[in-house]
Amino acid sequence: MFSFELLLEAILFGVLLGCFYAAVSIGLSVSFGLLDVPHVAHPAIMVFGSYCTYLLGLYGLDPIVAGIVLMPVFFLLGVGVYRFYYESFEKRGTEAGVRGLAFFFGIAFIIEVGLILVFGVDQRMAQAPYIGTSLSIAGYRIPYRLLVAFGVALVLTAALTIYFSKTFLGRAIKAVAQDEPALRLMGANPVRIKQWAFGIATGVSALAGAMLIIVGPVEPSLDRLYIGRTFCVVVLAGLGSMTGTLAAGLILGIAESIVLTLFGASWAPAVAFGLLLIVLGIRPQGLFGR
Amino acid sequence: MRPIRLIAAAFAAIAMLASGLAAAQQPIKVGMSMPQTGSLGAGGKAALLALQMWVEDVNAKGGLLGRKVEFIVYDDQTNPALTPGIYTKLLDVDKVDLLIAPYGTVPTAPIMPLVKQRDLLLMGNFSFQVNRTVKHDKWFNNAPWSDAASWSDGFIGAGQKLGAKTIAFLAADQEFAQNLANGARELAKKAGLQTVYDQNYPPATVDFSSMIRAVRAAKPDIVFVMSYPNDSVAIVRAVNEIGVGDSVKLFGGGMVGLQFTPIMESLGSSLNGIVNYNTYVPGLKYPGVEEFLQRYAKKAVEAKVDPLGFYLPPFNYAIGQMLEQAITATKSLDHKVLADYIHKNEMKTIVGPIRYGPDGEWASPRVVQAQFRGIVDKNTEQFRQPGKQVILHPEQFKTGEVVAPFEKVRGK
Repeated sequence: MFSFELLLEAILFGVLLGCFYAAVSIGLSVSFGLLDVPHVAHPAIMVFGSYCTYLLGLYGLDPIVAGIVLMPVFFLLGVGVYRFYYESFEKRGTEAGVRGLAFFFGIAFIIEVGLILVFGVDQRMAQAPYIGTSLSIAGYRIPYRLLVAFGVALVLTAALTIYFSKTFLGRAIKAVAQDEPALRLMGANPVRIKQWAFGIATGVSALAGAMLIIVGPVEPSLDRLYIGRTFCVVVLAGLGSMTGTLAAGLILGIAESIVLTLFGASWAPAVAFGLLLIVLGIRPQGLFGR
Repeated sequence: MRPIRLIAAAFAAIAMLASGLAAAQQPIKVGMSMPQTGSLGAGGKAALLALQMWVEDVNAKGGLLGRKVEFIVYDDQTNPALTPGIYTKLLDVDKVDLLIAPYGTVPTAPIMPLVKQRDLLLMGNFSFQVNRTVKHDKWFNNAPWSDAASWSDGFIGAGQKLGAKTIAFLAADQEFAQNLANGARELAKKAGLQTVYDQNYPPATVDFSSMIRAVRAAKPDIVFVMSYPNDSVAIVRAVNEIGVGDSVKLFGGGMVGLQFTPIMESLGSSLNGIVNYNTYVPGLKYPGVEEFLQRYAKKAVEAKVDPLGFYLPPFNYAIGQMLEQAITATKSLDHKVLADYIHKNEMKTIVGPIRYGPDGEWASPRVVQAQFRGIVDKNTEQFRQPGKQVILHPEQFKTGEVVAPFEKVRGK
């Protein structure tokens, strides 16, 4: 059942969905893409952010405001987690990667179990005027919650791109990703810079968590659903590229939406991950990687 | 006989008597796995609370056959790979006397061969057609359905009454959902409904906007949805945001999750107009169920589980009642004797009388199809009132007629 109108709608919704994918992946793009930390707990931290947003919502705070309020708290949490990871694993040498993976899986597991103990296994949702309503333009009804995700993804990408290219600390973070010994020779402390960057990645996860609960209901084990998707976006983008993350999110979102609308929902994940394999086959460094 | 031998024989006799008495005093062990985490965890916790209430009640009355009832439960994490191991442990290590199946089709299916092989009584727990191919004669499901038709005939029937000619299907791509959707597809075909859209979606689907747009473009009279809790919420939201179009007279059918209080409360007025399956809604007059739900509500607050508990808890309590009735009547724990009794007799429970067919499913299914009406936002207590879910099916419990078209009922 093909119609040009349906295709156009599929692309439009794909763009919105893609921006949401980018918003939930951008923190990982910093921690995994730039810092090379196997941060598999990224989706779990996001879900934790969703629950914090939910809690603040009980006191009448809007989910987006709650996400912004939580960012500095999560920044400090990220600084602490990285310090522990560095002291326990990275400092000790070559096997840090594998052990670090176990460490972050452990964190993800602790967060999931902790959320179950405190909140139970029921789904939680946020309430806001833009959740469950839509904007009507030229016969199309576009959910406001996806428009919010669209806006947040654009703002986050722009802010991080400017930060990494225009500020001293931002450039230092890029430098530590490229050549850590050289940075050390310049008299800078790579560990403190990485700590700062990991804090930023975690802070961004708080806002992404707010996005998560705006777009749909959350439950403690939701992180498992996002591990594959977020890593897919970051790897497809090319490690560490912020604009690349947005572009990869868009590609994934549009591909999923078109396949889902015109060919069948069951094919959507297969096409998305098939796309990743093809891109990696042609460009192993990802679409925007160097 | 020498005195020393006499003393030894006396000691042996006393020891045998003591061990016999000890055996008689040992509790009757009832074992099961129940999802406490994972996708079925929320329902599993509420169901477990109801079963624990039955254990407390039966022990307060002095137990069964003069022995206390002990309940042994493990969390299967909604993981079907874990249940065969758990049930083997229950049988071989914990030495349980009786078994109850875990909540749900997917965790139950892998233990059916084990139970059949060992020829054991298994009280089913809201699974769907797991005994269809196994054909175990000691299986008894507590859920008020039998085959796929029993689940959706009320829904399709309501659509026919509204003069529907076309139907759209939206179903999760998993065995349980597909079995039900296939049943609904067959029923729709028999009813002469033309299928204008048929979509199976993968379990990890994040957003349903695209599918709802495609449904609207197909202009069906009926939309049959077979979804899991997370998907059900996302689908209702997408319907609220995008709309399914003026053609749709009836929407819903098999949406799992719209029976759970936190979801009903969160979705609030978005539920209006949806016709969906249920097992119990206020207005169904089963003897004892209201008193049970009052007691359950108090405990549910402490246990942080579903505060209303309409969907699973009464039927889980009923499992205990059925075991109690069979053991008390037969004065036996022999699985064959108990299974024969349950097959031949009417079970008296708080979810009404139950008679079983040869396949261990309800001989007269009682799946409720009810329409949400007059629901407001952020109010849990409203769901305790009869009339918020108007019963359309079964005929004998009907409290009203279906109202259509769908978007009009919702005030859109």
